[in-house]
Amino acid sequence: MHITSGPRRSTQVRAAAPPFQRFVDRHREDVWRFLVASVGPSDAEDCFQETFISALKAYPRLHAGSNLKAWVLTIAHRKAIDVHRQRGRGAVCVAEVETLDGHATPSAAAHDGELWEAVRELPPRQRSAVVLRFVGDMAHREIATAIGCSEQAARRSLHEGLAKLRKELI
Amino acid sequence: MNADSVKRTGREQGIEQALKRGPQESQHASRAARDAAGRLTARISADDLAEIGYGPVDSPFGTLHGAVTRRGLVRLAFPEEDPDTMLDLLALRVSPRIVEAPRLLEPIERELEEYFARRRRRFDLTLDWALIGAFGRRVLKRTAAIPYGGYLSYGEVAAEAGSPRGARAAGNALGSNPIPIVIPCHRVLRSQGALGGYGGGLDRKRFLLELEGALTPPL
Repeated sequence: MHITSGPRRSTQVRAAAPPFQRFVDRHREDVWRFLVASVGPSDAEDCFQETFISALKAYPRLHAGSNLKAWVLTIAHRKAIDVHRQRGRGAVCVAEVETLDGHATPSAAAHDGELWEAVRELPPRQRSAVVLRFVGDMAHREIATAIGCSEQAARRSLHEGLAKLRKELI
Repeated sequence: MNADSVKRTGREQGIEQALKRGPQESQHASRAARDAAGRLTARISADDLAEIGYGPVDSPFGTLHGAVTRRGLVRLAFPEEDPDTMLDLLALRVSPRIVEAPRLLEPIERELEEYFARRRRRFDLTLDWALIGAFGRRVLKRTAAIPYGGYLSYGEVAAEAGSPRGARAAGNALGSNPIPIVIPCHRVLRSQGALGGYGGGLDRKRFLLELEGALTPPL
């Protein structure tokens, strides 16, 4: 991640990244929502810690112009892939019924669980694209940065992921 | 459009809406993320992974903002100073790997408490001079050596810091002292005994000098 190069590059000031605590406070909720949706509530905590510890280790190399939100979600995306790899094929994350809100009807809860199970079963890029688009409300270009592909490829992953979800759930 | 395809489109929209709502487990995401971030900060602090820790420091002047590195206290800011500005400067000049770590400030708070209770005449805590330039360092090192209860003039400090005609420059260096109270820039006065200036306000300078017995309070 570099500042955009241009004719005035030499006069651009390379500022330090914001204080790490402010970076955490600004992006913690985006990362948390992304992880709960991607790996489920029971693994979200470990993934969250590992994401920000990795971010801290890489932190001083950043400078102004970086999209820090996309950058930290790239790390979270990779941590989520690690979790799914460790679980192996066939291991399904079961929605934790006890954490559900009282006002949710059992059938709605089951339906919601089914949807997110299906999301978590998607191939990594499709899963992250779907979660970043709908949970993270991110633009295609930001999604592309976060999952490390072209904007076109991000659109395709999103489209394919959604198609798979529709096929499985409808 | 037949009835079946209308129903189907409705369900597809239902999926997108459900995705937008996120899983039910993330309904309290704001609080859960804040708690997780709290555990993260505690772990970073316990494992010594950051370069700078900051937190509040109680004092009779109100709540000061303190920052420490592995070397020692690097910054102490008066209550009216904006902590965000303090952190931005530290990020730029020292390191952006800064986390909230109130426990690291406890020893500083203790020594200040003793100082303000007249039970301590010098500070034992170590200092990090990272925010202080070469000339400022000479001025503030000399200032740090002024004993409790004593004072020097700006000219004297400048001369001893190797800048005999630099009373004004010495004043500037003292005015930008990043660790006031602990580096006792309040012990530098005008040559005629007038107080001169103070970054934290003259009332505080007078308070500190009276506390140390260098000035007698007016009758």
